Amino acid sequence: MEEISLGSHRLDAMNIVVCVKQIPDPAAPQSLEAGSHTLDRSGKLILDDSDAYGVEMALQLAEQAGGGEVTLVSMAPNSETAGLRTALAMGAAKAILVSDEALKGSDALSTAKVLAAAIKRVGADLVIAATESSDGYTGTTPVQIAELLGLPSITFAKSVAIEGSSVKVDRQTEAGDDEVTSPLPALVTVTAGVVEPRYPSFKGIMAAKSKPVEILSIADLGLEAGHVGAAGGRQSITSIDEAEARSTGEIVVDEGDGAQRIVTYLENLKVI
Amino acid sequence: MSINKIWVVAEPADSGITTTSLELLTKARELAATVEVVTWGTSTAANAAVLGEYGASTVHDLGDLGSSLPGAPVAGAIAGAIAAGNGPDAILIPTSYDGRDIAGRLSARCDLPVLTNITDLVGGDTLSSRHPIFGGSQIVNAEFTGQGPGIFVVRAKSFAAEPAGGAAASVSTLSVGDLGATNGSVIHTRHVEERTGPKLDEAEVVVSGGRGLGDKENYTLIEQLSKLLNGASGASRAIVDAGWVPYSHQVGQTGKTVKPTVYLACGISGATQHMVGMKGAKNIIAVNKDQDAPIFSVCDLGIVGDVHKVLPALIEELSKR
Repeated sequence: MEEISLGSHRLDAMNIVVCVKQIPDPAAPQSLEAGSHTLDRSGKLILDDSDAYGVEMALQLAEQAGGGEVTLVSMAPNSETAGLRTALAMGAAKAILVSDEALKGSDALSTAKVLAAAIKRVGADLVIAATESSDGYTGTTPVQIAELLGLPSITFAKSVAIEGSSVKVDRQTEAGDDEVTSPLPALVTVTAGVVEPRYPSFKGIMAAKSKPVEILSIADLGLEAGHVGAAGGRQSITSIDEAEARSTGEIVVDEGDGAQRIVTYLENLKVI
Repeated sequence: MSINKIWVVAEPADSGITTTSLELLTKARELAATVEVVTWGTSTAANAAVLGEYGASTVHDLGDLGSSLPGAPVAGAIAGAIAAGNGPDAILIPTSYDGRDIAGRLSARCDLPVLTNITDLVGGDTLSSRHPIFGGSQIVNAEFTGQGPGIFVVRAKSFAAEPAGGAAASVSTLSVGDLGATNGSVIHTRHVEERTGPKLDEAEVVVSGGRGLGDKENYTLIEQLSKLLNGASGASRAIVDAGWVPYSHQVGQTGKTVKPTVYLACGISGATQHMVGMKGAKNIIAVNKDQDAPIFSVCDLGIVGDVHKVLPALIEELSKR
Protein backbone atom coordinates (compact mmCIF):
# COMPACT_ATOMS: atom_id res chain seq x y z
CA MET A 1 0.00 0.00 0.00
CA GLU A 2 1.21 3.46 -0.93
CA GLU A 3 2.39 5.66 1.94
CA ILE A 4 0.45 8.86 2.50
CA SER A 5 2.52 11.73 1.12
CA LEU A 6 4.50 13.02 4.07
CA GLY A 7 6.61 16.09 3.44
CA SER A 8 6.44 15.63 -0.31
CA HIS A 9 4.12 18.60 -0.46
CA ARG A 10 4.60 20.86 -3.50
CA LEU A 11 3.73 24.48 -2.91
CA ASP A 12 2.21 24.92 -6.35
CA ALA A 13 -0.20 22.01 -6.09
CA MET A 14 -2.58 20.82 -3.40
CA ASN A 15 -3.97 17.33 -3.55
CA ILE A 16 -6.97 17.34 -1.29
CA VAL A 17 -9.19 14.46 -0.24
CA VAL A 18 -12.70 15.30 0.92
CA CYS A 19 -14.60 12.70 2.93
CA VAL A 20 -18.24 12.79 1.90
CA LYS A 21 -21.33 10.85 2.90
CA GLN A 22 -24.39 9.98 0.91
CA ILE A 23 -27.40 10.01 3.19
CA PRO A 24 -31.16 9.50 2.96
CA ASP A 25 -32.89 12.82 2.22
CA PRO A 26 -33.25 14.44 5.69
CA ALA A 27 -36.50 16.06 4.54
CA ALA A 28 -38.10 12.63 3.98
CA PRO A 29 -39.47 10.61 6.93
CA GLN A 30 -36.79 8.39 8.46
CA SER A 31 -37.00 5.03 10.15
CA LEU A 32 -34.83 2.30 11.60
CA GLU A 33 -34.75 -1.12 10.03
CA ALA A 34 -36.37 -3.71 12.27
CA GLY A 35 -33.88 -6.15 13.75
CA SER A 36 -30.63 -4.38 12.86
CA HIS A 37 -31.77 -0.99 14.24
CA THR A 38 -29.73 0.70 11.52
CA LEU A 39 -31.04 3.69 9.62
CA ASP A 40 -33.09 2.64 6.61
CA ARG A 41 -30.91 3.65 3.64
CA SER A 42 -32.85 1.76 0.99
CA GLY A 43 -34.30 4.91 -0.62
CA LYS A 44 -32.53 7.49 -2.75
CA LEU A 45 -29.31 8.81 -1.24
CA ILE A 46 -28.11 12.39 -1.64
CA LEU A 47 -24.92 14.27 -0.82
CA ASP A 48 -25.04 15.33 2.84
CA ASP A 49 -25.51 19.13 2.86
CA SER A 50 -22.78 19.36 5.50
CA ASP A 51 -20.27 17.98 2.98
CA ALA A 52 -20.91 20.65 0.34
CA TYR A 53 -18.90 23.11 2.47
CA GLY A 54 -15.88 20.81 2.58
CA VAL A 55 -16.03 20.19 -1.17
CA GLU A 56 -16.25 23.93 -1.85
CA MET A 57 -13.39 24.68 0.54
CA ALA A 58 -11.22 22.03 -1.12
CA LEU A 59 -11.96 23.38 -4.60
CA GLN A 60 -11.05 26.92 -3.54
CA LEU A 61 -7.81 25.82 -1.85
CA ALA A 62 -6.75 23.79 -4.89
CA GLU A 63 -7.58 26.72 -7.18
CA GLN A 64 -5.58 29.11 -4.97
CA ALA A 65 -2.63 26.71 -4.97
CA GLY A 66 -2.73 26.81 -8.76
CA GLY A 67 -2.90 23.06 -9.19
CA GLY A 68 -3.70 19.74 -7.65
CA GLU A 69 -6.79 17.61 -7.53
CA VAL A 70 -9.77 17.25 -5.26
CA THR A 71 -10.62 13.59 -4.69
CA LEU A 72 -13.78 12.41 -2.96
CA VAL A 73 -13.67 9.43 -0.64
CA SER A 74 -16.89 7.82 0.50
CA MET A 75 -18.33 4.60 1.79
CA ALA A 76 -21.65 2.86 1.27
CA PRO A 77 -23.05 -0.65 1.69
CA ASN A 78 -24.44 -0.44 -1.86
CA SER A 79 -22.85 1.15 -4.90
CA GLU A 80 -24.92 4.34 -4.83
CA THR A 81 -23.13 7.23 -6.58
CA ALA A 82 -25.82 9.93 -6.99
CA GLY A 83 -24.45 12.03 -4.13
CA LEU A 84 -20.88 11.68 -5.39
CA ARG A 85 -21.95 12.91 -8.84
CA THR A 86 -23.27 16.09 -7.19
CA ALA A 87 -19.83 16.78 -5.68
CA LEU A 88 -18.09 15.84 -8.96
CA ALA A 89 -20.40 18.28 -10.74
CA MET A 90 -19.20 21.01 -8.35
CA GLY A 91 -15.68 20.37 -9.62
CA ALA A 92 -14.04 17.46 -7.80
CA ALA A 93 -11.80 15.47 -10.16
CA LYS A 94 -12.57 11.91 -9.13
CA ALA A 95 -14.06 9.73 -6.46
CA ILE A 96 -13.35 6.54 -4.58
CA LEU A 97 -16.37 4.71 -3.23
CA VAL A 98 -15.77 1.81 -0.89
CA SER A 99 -18.83 -0.30 -1.36
CA ASP A 100 -19.32 -3.64 0.27
CA GLU A 101 -22.26 -5.51 1.77
CA ALA A 102 -20.02 -6.22 4.81
CA LEU A 103 -20.00 -2.48 5.59
CA LYS A 104 -23.66 -2.42 6.58
CA GLY A 105 -24.06 -1.33 10.19
CA SER A 106 -20.55 0.14 10.42
CA ASP A 107 -19.91 2.30 13.47
CA ALA A 108 -17.76 5.43 13.45
CA LEU A 109 -14.48 3.58 14.04
CA SER A 110 -15.16 1.01 11.29
CA THR A 111 -16.04 3.84 8.94
CA ALA A 112 -12.81 5.61 9.86
CA LYS A 113 -10.76 2.47 9.18
CA VAL A 114 -12.29 2.11 5.73
CA LEU A 115 -11.92 5.78 4.79
CA ALA A 116 -8.37 5.94 6.18
CA ALA A 117 -7.37 2.97 4.01
CA ALA A 118 -8.91 4.63 0.96
CA ILE A 119 -7.16 7.96 1.70
CA LYS A 120 -3.83 6.16 2.08
CA ARG A 121 -4.36 4.69 -1.37
CA VAL A 122 -4.73 8.09 -3.07
CA GLY A 123 -2.42 10.13 -0.82
CA ALA A 124 -3.22 13.69 0.21
CA ASP A 125 -1.67 16.96 1.32
CA LEU A 126 -4.86 17.82 3.15
CA VAL A 127 -7.93 15.83 4.20
CA ILE A 128 -11.17 17.75 4.70
CA ALA A 129 -14.40 16.51 6.28
CA ALA A 130 -17.54 18.00 7.80
CA THR A 131 -17.63 18.26 11.59
CA GLU A 132 -20.37 15.65 11.63
CA SER A 133 -22.81 13.97 9.27
CA SER A 134 -26.45 15.03 9.21
CA ASP A 135 -27.82 11.53 9.72
CA GLY A 136 -25.59 9.74 12.24
CA TYR A 137 -23.95 12.90 13.70
CA THR A 138 -21.45 10.88 15.72
CA GLY A 139 -18.85 13.54 15.01
CA THR A 140 -15.78 11.43 15.73
CA THR A 141 -15.03 9.81 12.36
CA PRO A 142 -12.73 12.54 10.97
CA VAL A 143 -10.49 12.58 14.06
CA GLN A 144 -10.43 8.78 14.12
CA ILE A 145 -9.20 8.91 10.51
CA ALA A 146 -6.49 11.41 11.48
CA GLU A 147 -5.31 9.17 14.32
CA LEU A 148 -5.29 6.07 12.10
CA LEU A 149 -3.22 7.93 9.49
CA GLY A 150 -0.93 9.49 12.11
CA LEU A 151 -1.95 13.00 11.04
CA PRO A 152 -2.47 16.17 13.08
CA SER A 153 -6.01 17.56 12.96
CA ILE A 154 -7.89 20.79 13.50
CA THR A 155 -11.64 20.43 13.98
CA PHE A 156 -14.47 22.99 13.76
CA ALA A 157 -12.78 25.30 11.24
CA LYS A 158 -14.50 28.64 10.60
CA SER A 159 -11.90 29.53 7.96
CA VAL A 160 -9.08 27.62 6.29
CA ALA A 161 -6.00 28.96 4.48
CA ILE A 162 -2.81 27.37 3.21
CA GLU A 163 0.39 29.19 4.20
CA GLY A 164 3.51 27.60 2.80
CA SER A 165 3.60 24.03 4.01
CA SER A 166 1.03 24.55 6.79
CA VAL A 167 -2.70 24.97 7.08
CA LYS A 168 -4.02 27.90 9.11
CA VAL A 169 -7.46 27.62 10.65
CA ASP A 170 -9.74 29.79 12.77
CA ARG A 171 -11.18 27.14 15.04
CA GLN A 172 -14.51 27.58 16.79
CA THR A 173 -14.23 27.49 20.60
CA GLU A 174 -16.64 28.00 23.49
CA ALA A 175 -15.30 31.52 23.97
CA GLY A 176 -14.79 32.60 20.37
CA ASP A 177 -12.14 31.18 18.09
CA ASP A 178 -8.47 30.22 18.15
CA GLU A 179 -5.96 30.67 15.36
CA VAL A 180 -4.41 27.22 14.96
CA THR A 181 -1.83 26.02 12.46
CA SER A 182 -0.71 22.56 11.54
CA PRO A 183 2.03 21.26 9.26
CA LEU A 184 0.79 19.42 6.15
CA PRO A 185 -0.35 16.74 5.62
CA ALA A 186 -3.19 17.30 8.07
CA LEU A 187 -6.91 16.79 8.52
CA VAL A 188 -9.36 19.66 8.96
CA THR A 189 -13.09 19.56 9.69
CA VAL A 190 -15.16 22.50 8.53
CA THR A 191 -18.31 23.91 10.07
CA ALA A 192 -21.35 24.73 7.96
CA GLY A 193 -21.48 28.20 6.45
CA VAL A 194 -17.67 28.44 6.25
CA VAL A 195 -17.89 29.05 2.50
CA GLU A 196 -20.81 29.26 0.13
CA PRO A 197 -21.01 26.03 -1.88
CA ARG A 198 -21.28 26.65 -5.62
CA TYR A 199 -24.22 25.26 -7.55
CA PRO A 200 -23.12 22.71 -10.15
CA SER A 201 -23.30 24.29 -13.61
CA PHE A 202 -24.90 22.45 -16.52
CA LYS A 203 -21.41 21.94 -17.92
CA GLY A 204 -20.29 20.60 -14.55
CA ILE A 205 -23.19 18.16 -14.38
CA MET A 206 -22.44 16.88 -17.86
CA ALA A 207 -18.71 16.57 -17.11
CA ALA A 208 -19.41 14.72 -13.87
CA LYS A 209 -21.01 11.85 -15.75
CA SER A 210 -17.68 10.85 -17.24
CA LYS A 211 -15.45 11.53 -14.23
CA PRO A 212 -13.84 8.44 -12.74
CA VAL A 213 -15.57 6.80 -9.78
CA GLU A 214 -13.50 3.89 -8.56
CA ILE A 215 -15.56 1.36 -6.64
CA LEU A 216 -13.55 -0.73 -4.20
CA SER A 217 -14.43 -3.62 -1.93
CA ILE A 218 -12.98 -3.92 1.56
CA ALA A 219 -10.76 -6.73 0.27
CA ASP A 220 -9.28 -4.27 -2.27
CA LEU A 221 -8.23 -2.16 0.72
CA GLY A 222 -6.82 -5.13 2.62
CA LEU A 223 -9.49 -5.00 5.32
CA GLU A 224 -11.24 -8.01 6.80
CA ALA A 225 -15.01 -8.31 7.00
CA GLY A 226 -14.95 -9.13 10.72
CA HIS A 227 -13.25 -5.81 11.52
CA VAL A 228 -15.78 -3.50 9.88
CA GLY A 229 -19.54 -3.26 9.55
CA ALA A 230 -21.89 -4.57 12.21
CA ALA A 231 -19.48 -7.45 12.93
CA GLY A 232 -16.67 -5.07 13.87
CA GLY A 233 -18.85 -2.69 15.86
CA ARG A 234 -18.57 -4.24 19.33
CA GLN A 235 -21.60 -2.27 20.43
CA SER A 236 -25.26 -3.09 20.24
CA ILE A 237 -28.61 -1.41 20.45
CA THR A 238 -30.50 -3.29 23.12
CA SER A 239 -33.89 -1.58 22.76
CA ILE A 240 -35.67 1.53 21.55
CA ASP A 241 -38.14 3.49 23.65
CA GLU A 242 -40.70 6.07 22.64
CA ALA A 243 -39.76 9.37 24.26
CA GLU A 244 -42.27 11.13 26.45
CA ALA A 245 -44.24 13.42 24.19
CA ARG A 246 -44.46 17.09 25.01
CA SER A 247 -48.03 18.31 25.09
CA THR A 248 -49.13 21.19 22.91
CA GLY A 249 -50.14 24.39 24.64
CA GLU A 250 -52.16 27.34 23.45
CA ILE A 251 -51.88 28.22 19.76
CA VAL A 252 -53.31 31.56 18.71
CA VAL A 253 -53.39 33.44 15.44
CA ASP A 254 -51.80 36.88 15.72
CA GLU A 255 -54.36 39.63 15.34
CA GLY A 256 -52.05 42.41 16.39
CA ASP A 257 -51.98 41.11 19.96
CA GLY A 258 -49.23 38.47 19.50
CA ALA A 259 -46.50 40.52 21.17
CA GLN A 260 -48.77 41.40 24.10
CA ARG A 261 -49.63 37.72 24.61
CA ILE A 262 -45.94 36.86 24.81
CA VAL A 263 -45.38 39.70 27.31
CA THR A 264 -48.23 38.42 29.51
CA TYR A 265 -46.88 34.87 29.31
CA LEU A 266 -43.39 36.05 30.34
CA GLU A 267 -44.89 38.12 33.17
CA ASN A 268 -46.71 35.07 34.50
CA LEU A 269 -43.42 33.19 34.54
CA LYS A 270 -41.85 36.19 36.33
CA VAL A 271 -39.14 36.29 33.65
CA ILE A 272 -39.91 40.01 33.22
CA MET B 1 -17.84 -6.58 33.13
CA SER B 2 -19.01 -4.79 36.20
CA ILE B 3 -18.24 -1.10 36.47
CA ASN B 4 -16.02 -0.40 39.47
CA LYS B 5 -13.93 2.48 38.28
CA ILE B 6 -14.95 5.36 36.01
CA TRP B 7 -12.68 8.06 34.63
CA VAL B 8 -14.23 11.41 33.76
CA VAL B 9 -12.40 13.72 31.38
CA ALA B 10 -12.70 17.07 33.18
CA GLU B 11 -12.02 20.01 30.89
CA PRO B 12 -10.40 23.03 32.49
CA ALA B 13 -12.21 26.34 31.90
CA ASP B 14 -11.09 29.96 32.33
CA SER B 15 -11.92 29.57 35.99
CA GLY B 16 -12.22 26.02 37.33
CA ILE B 17 -13.76 23.12 35.45
CA THR B 18 -16.50 23.17 32.78
CA THR B 19 -20.04 22.62 34.00
CA THR B 20 -20.54 19.61 31.73
CA SER B 21 -17.52 17.91 33.32
CA LEU B 22 -19.07 18.41 36.76
CA GLU B 23 -22.39 17.03 35.48
CA LEU B 24 -20.57 13.87 34.37
CA LEU B 25 -18.78 13.57 37.71
CA THR B 26 -22.11 13.81 39.53
CA LYS B 27 -23.53 10.96 37.45
CA ALA B 28 -20.34 8.88 37.67
CA ARG B 29 -20.64 8.83 41.50
CA GLU B 30 -23.94 7.04 41.12
CA LEU B 31 -22.54 4.48 38.67
CA ALA B 32 -19.22 3.39 40.19
CA ALA B 33 -17.54 3.05 43.58
CA THR B 34 -14.41 4.79 42.37
CA VAL B 35 -14.50 7.96 40.32
CA GLU B 36 -11.30 9.51 39.03
CA VAL B 37 -10.57 12.42 36.76
CA VAL B 38 -8.25 13.10 33.84
CA THR B 39 -7.47 16.78 33.45
CA TRP B 40 -4.78 19.21 32.31
CA GLY B 41 -3.77 22.85 32.43
CA THR B 42 -2.02 25.11 34.89
CA SER B 43 -4.66 25.14 37.65
CA THR B 44 -5.02 21.47 38.55
CA ALA B 45 -3.83 21.97 42.13
CA ALA B 46 -6.56 24.57 42.65
CA ASN B 47 -9.17 22.48 40.79
CA ALA B 48 -8.51 19.37 42.92
CA ALA B 49 -10.76 20.81 45.64
CA VAL B 50 -13.81 21.22 43.41
CA LEU B 51 -13.16 17.90 41.65
CA GLY B 52 -13.05 16.20 45.06
CA GLU B 53 -16.21 17.97 46.10
CA TYR B 54 -17.96 16.47 43.06
CA GLY B 55 -16.76 12.97 43.86
CA ALA B 56 -13.30 12.42 42.36
CA SER B 57 -10.83 10.60 44.63
CA THR B 58 -7.84 10.96 42.31
CA VAL B 59 -6.96 13.47 39.63
CA HIS B 60 -4.70 12.26 36.83
CA ASP B 61 -3.01 15.44 35.71
CA LEU B 62 -1.28 15.94 32.37
CA GLY B 63 -0.02 19.37 33.37
CA ASP B 64 0.33 22.31 31.04
CA LEU B 65 -0.25 21.33 27.40
CA GLY B 66 1.27 24.59 26.20
CA SER B 67 -0.05 25.57 22.80
CA SER B 68 -1.24 22.06 21.83
CA LEU B 69 -4.86 21.25 21.14
CA PRO B 70 -5.93 18.79 23.88
CA GLY B 71 -7.16 16.01 21.55
CA ALA B 72 -3.93 14.14 20.84
CA PRO B 73 -2.15 14.53 24.22
CA VAL B 74 -5.18 13.67 26.38
CA ALA B 75 -6.03 10.65 24.23
CA GLY B 76 -2.38 9.60 24.27
CA ALA B 77 -2.17 9.79 28.05
CA ILE B 78 -5.36 7.78 28.62
CA ALA B 79 -4.32 5.22 25.98
CA GLY B 80 -0.99 4.84 27.76
CA ALA B 81 -2.72 4.12 31.06
CA ILE B 82 -5.02 1.56 29.43
CA ALA B 83 -2.09 -0.17 27.71
CA ALA B 84 -0.25 -0.35 31.04
CA GLY B 85 -3.27 -2.04 32.65
CA ASN B 86 -4.07 0.98 34.80
CA GLY B 87 -7.18 2.08 32.94
CA PRO B 88 -10.75 2.34 34.21
CA ASP B 89 -13.84 0.28 33.32
CA ALA B 90 -15.46 3.22 31.53
CA ILE B 91 -14.49 6.70 30.36
CA LEU B 92 -16.96 9.59 30.29
CA ILE B 93 -16.13 12.54 28.03
CA PRO B 94 -18.14 15.76 27.62
CA THR B 95 -19.57 16.55 24.18
CA SER B 96 -17.53 19.65 23.40
CA TYR B 97 -15.13 20.87 20.74
CA ASP B 98 -12.14 19.28 22.46
CA GLY B 99 -14.09 16.39 24.02
CA ARG B 100 -14.94 14.92 20.64
CA ASP B 101 -11.31 15.22 19.51
CA ILE B 102 -10.19 13.34 22.62
CA ALA B 103 -12.83 10.62 22.18
CA GLY B 104 -12.10 10.12 18.48
CA ARG B 105 -8.35 9.88 18.93
CA LEU B 106 -8.65 7.62 21.98
CA SER B 107 -11.02 5.31 20.13
CA ALA B 108 -8.69 4.91 17.15
CA ARG B 109 -5.53 4.69 19.26
CA CYS B 110 -6.91 1.90 21.49
CA ASP B 111 -9.10 0.31 18.79
CA LEU B 112 -12.13 0.80 21.04
CA PRO B 113 -15.57 1.80 19.75
CA VAL B 114 -17.17 5.02 20.96
CA LEU B 115 -20.76 5.96 21.76
CA THR B 116 -21.70 9.63 21.31
CA ASN B 117 -24.62 12.03 21.82
CA ILE B 118 -25.54 10.31 25.05
CA THR B 119 -28.19 11.95 27.21
CA ASP B 120 -28.44 9.34 29.98
CA LEU B 121 -26.44 6.48 31.45
CA VAL B 122 -27.88 3.45 33.21
CA GLY B 123 -25.75 1.37 35.58
CA GLY B 124 -25.93 -2.31 36.42
CA ASP B 125 -23.78 -5.24 35.35
CA THR B 126 -22.90 -3.31 32.23
CA LEU B 127 -23.16 0.39 31.66
CA SER B 128 -25.73 1.26 29.02
CA SER B 129 -26.31 4.59 27.37
CA ARG B 130 -29.38 6.39 26.04
CA HIS B 131 -29.37 8.42 22.83
CA PRO B 132 -32.23 10.52 21.43
CA ILE B 133 -32.93 9.97 17.71
CA PHE B 134 -35.32 11.47 15.19
CA GLY B 135 -35.53 14.79 16.98
CA GLY B 136 -35.86 13.14 20.37
CA SER B 137 -39.08 11.28 19.53
CA GLN B 138 -37.36 7.95 20.25
CA ILE B 139 -34.58 6.91 22.60
CA VAL B 140 -32.03 4.27 21.64
CA ASN B 141 -30.53 2.14 24.42
CA ALA B 142 -27.02 0.94 23.60
CA GLU B 143 -24.13 -0.88 25.23
CA PHE B 144 -20.63 -2.08 24.41
CA THR B 145 -20.18 -5.78 23.78
CA GLY B 146 -16.39 -6.06 23.46
CA GLN B 147 -13.42 -5.98 25.80
CA GLY B 148 -11.79 -2.87 27.19
CA PRO B 149 -13.21 0.31 28.67
CA GLY B 150 -16.21 1.85 26.93
CA ILE B 151 -15.84 5.43 25.70
CA PHE B 152 -19.02 7.40 26.37
CA VAL B 153 -19.39 10.94 24.99
CA VAL B 154 -22.20 12.68 26.87
CA ARG B 155 -24.10 15.82 25.89
CA ALA B 156 -24.25 18.89 28.11
CA LYS B 157 -27.22 19.24 30.47
CA SER B 158 -27.88 15.51 30.60
CA PHE B 159 -27.49 15.56 34.39
CA ALA B 160 -27.61 18.21 37.10
CA ALA B 161 -24.22 19.02 38.63
CA GLU B 162 -24.40 18.53 42.41
CA PRO B 163 -21.47 18.55 44.84
CA ALA B 164 -21.24 15.67 47.32
CA GLY B 165 -18.92 17.42 49.75
CA GLY B 166 -15.89 15.14 49.32
CA ALA B 167 -12.37 16.11 50.33
CA ALA B 168 -9.94 17.50 47.77
CA ALA B 169 -8.83 14.83 45.31
CA SER B 170 -5.24 13.65 45.38
CA VAL B 171 -3.27 14.65 42.30
CA SER B 172 -1.03 12.26 40.41
CA THR B 173 0.83 12.83 37.17
CA LEU B 174 -0.18 11.08 33.96
CA SER B 175 2.43 11.16 31.21
CA VAL B 176 1.44 12.01 27.66
CA GLY B 177 3.86 9.68 25.87
CA ASP B 178 5.09 9.97 22.32
CA LEU B 179 2.51 11.45 19.97
CA GLY B 180 4.56 11.85 16.80
CA ALA B 181 3.00 13.97 14.07
CA THR B 182 -0.50 13.66 15.56
CA ASN B 183 0.27 16.48 18.01
CA GLY B 184 1.40 18.89 15.29
CA SER B 185 -1.36 21.48 15.65
CA VAL B 186 -0.35 24.68 17.44
CA ILE B 187 -2.63 27.32 18.93
CA HIS B 188 -1.21 30.77 18.15
CA THR B 189 -3.80 33.22 19.38
CA ARG B 190 -7.05 32.90 21.27
CA HIS B 191 -9.78 35.27 20.27
CA VAL B 192 -12.55 35.78 22.81
CA GLU B 193 -15.79 36.98 21.25
CA GLU B 194 -17.33 39.88 23.05
CA ARG B 195 -20.43 38.72 24.78
CA THR B 196 -22.58 40.94 26.93
CA GLY B 197 -25.21 38.44 28.09
CA PRO B 198 -25.10 34.89 29.45
CA LYS B 199 -23.72 31.90 27.51
CA LEU B 200 -26.11 30.09 25.19
CA ASP B 201 -26.12 26.84 27.13
CA GLU B 202 -26.36 28.54 30.53
CA ALA B 203 -28.92 31.28 29.82
CA GLU B 204 -32.33 31.25 31.52
CA VAL B 205 -33.84 32.71 28.37
CA VAL B 206 -32.87 31.74 24.83
CA VAL B 207 -34.21 33.55 21.78
CA SER B 208 -33.53 31.71 18.53
CA GLY B 209 -34.07 32.64 14.92
CA GLY B 210 -34.59 30.57 11.81
CA ARG B 211 -35.13 30.84 8.08
CA GLY B 212 -38.46 32.60 8.66
CA LEU B 213 -36.51 35.77 9.52
CA GLY B 214 -36.14 36.22 5.77
CA ASP B 215 -32.60 37.54 5.64
CA LYS B 216 -29.41 37.87 7.63
CA GLU B 217 -30.00 41.48 8.68
CA ASN B 218 -33.16 40.51 10.55
CA TYR B 219 -31.12 38.44 12.99
CA THR B 220 -30.58 41.74 14.85
CA LEU B 221 -34.20 41.34 16.00
CA ILE B 222 -33.14 38.14 17.78
CA GLU B 223 -30.13 39.85 19.33
CA GLN B 224 -32.17 42.81 20.51
CA LEU B 225 -34.79 40.54 22.05
CA SER B 226 -32.31 38.30 23.83
CA LYS B 227 -30.56 41.37 25.23
CA LEU B 228 -33.84 42.81 26.54
CA LEU B 229 -34.63 39.48 28.21
CA ASN B 230 -31.07 39.07 29.55
CA GLY B 231 -30.83 35.90 27.49
CA ALA B 232 -28.70 34.40 24.77
CA SER B 233 -29.20 34.28 21.00
CA GLY B 234 -29.54 30.93 19.26
CA ALA B 235 -30.14 29.77 15.72
CA SER B 236 -31.53 26.92 13.68
CA ARG B 237 -29.19 24.93 11.51
CA ALA B 238 -30.72 26.39 8.35
CA ILE B 239 -29.39 29.89 9.02
CA VAL B 240 -26.02 28.63 10.25
CA ASP B 241 -25.68 26.66 7.00
CA ALA B 242 -26.65 29.82 5.12
CA GLY B 243 -23.78 31.66 6.82
CA TRP B 244 -25.99 34.20 8.67
CA VAL B 245 -24.53 33.35 12.09
CA PRO B 246 -21.58 31.22 13.27
CA TYR B 247 -21.87 27.57 14.28
CA SER B 248 -21.47 28.53 17.94
CA HIS B 249 -25.09 29.80 17.89
CA GLN B 250 -26.57 26.57 16.59
CA VAL B 251 -29.14 24.80 18.76
CA GLY B 252 -29.99 21.23 17.87
CA GLN B 253 -28.79 17.75 17.17
CA THR B 254 -25.72 19.21 15.53
CA GLY B 255 -24.98 22.11 17.84
CA LYS B 256 -25.89 22.90 21.42
CA THR B 257 -28.46 21.47 23.79
CA VAL B 258 -30.23 24.14 25.79
CA LYS B 259 -32.63 23.79 28.71
CA PRO B 260 -33.60 27.35 29.60
CA THR B 261 -36.66 28.48 31.56
CA VAL B 262 -37.96 30.09 28.37
CA TYR B 263 -37.12 29.23 24.77
CA LEU B 264 -38.48 31.65 22.20
CA ALA B 265 -38.35 30.18 18.67
CA CYS B 266 -38.81 32.83 15.97
CA GLY B 267 -39.32 31.81 12.37
CA ILE B 268 -38.19 28.27 13.14
CA SER B 269 -40.27 25.50 11.62
CA GLY B 270 -39.09 22.86 14.08
CA ALA B 271 -37.14 20.35 12.02
CA THR B 272 -36.32 17.22 14.04
CA GLN B 273 -32.69 18.35 13.88
CA HIS B 274 -33.61 21.46 15.91
CA MET B 275 -36.13 19.93 18.32
CA VAL B 276 -33.70 17.59 20.02
CA GLY B 277 -31.63 20.57 21.16
CA MET B 278 -34.44 22.56 22.78
CA LYS B 279 -37.26 20.17 23.74
CA GLY B 280 -35.95 20.14 27.29
CA ALA B 281 -36.77 23.84 27.81
CA LYS B 282 -39.26 24.42 30.65
CA ASN B 283 -41.39 26.75 28.54
CA ILE B 284 -41.41 27.09 24.78
CA ILE B 285 -42.87 30.03 22.89
CA ALA B 286 -43.01 29.87 19.10
CA VAL B 287 -43.73 32.51 16.50
CA ASN B 288 -44.18 31.23 12.95
CA LYS B 289 -46.43 32.18 10.07
CA ASP B 290 -47.13 28.57 9.10
CA GLN B 291 -49.74 27.14 11.46
CA ASP B 292 -48.75 23.60 10.45
CA ALA B 293 -45.10 24.10 11.48
CA PRO B 294 -43.95 21.18 13.69
CA ILE B 295 -42.63 23.64 16.30
CA PHE B 296 -46.26 24.27 17.34
CA SER B 297 -46.61 20.65 18.45
CA VAL B 298 -44.09 21.16 21.27
CA CYS B 299 -44.73 24.76 22.33
CA ASP B 300 -46.59 26.07 25.35
CA LEU B 301 -47.57 29.31 23.64
CA GLY B 302 -47.72 29.48 19.87
CA ILE B 303 -48.29 32.66 17.89
CA VAL B 304 -49.26 32.03 14.29
CA GLY B 305 -48.02 35.26 12.81
CA ASP B 306 -45.34 37.18 10.96
CA VAL B 307 -42.05 37.49 12.86
CA HIS B 308 -41.46 40.81 11.09
CA LYS B 309 -44.51 42.23 12.87
CA VAL B 310 -44.54 40.33 16.16
CA LEU B 311 -40.84 40.73 17.03
CA PRO B 312 -40.60 44.53 16.49
CA ALA B 313 -43.79 44.94 18.56
CA LEU B 314 -42.35 42.74 21.29
CA ILE B 315 -39.06 44.68 21.25
CA GLU B 316 -40.97 47.95 21.54
CA GLU B 317 -43.06 46.63 24.42
CA LEU B 318 -40.06 45.25 26.35
CA SER B 319 -38.00 48.41 25.71
CA LYS B 320 -40.57 50.42 27.65
CA ARG B 321 -39.88 48.46 30.82
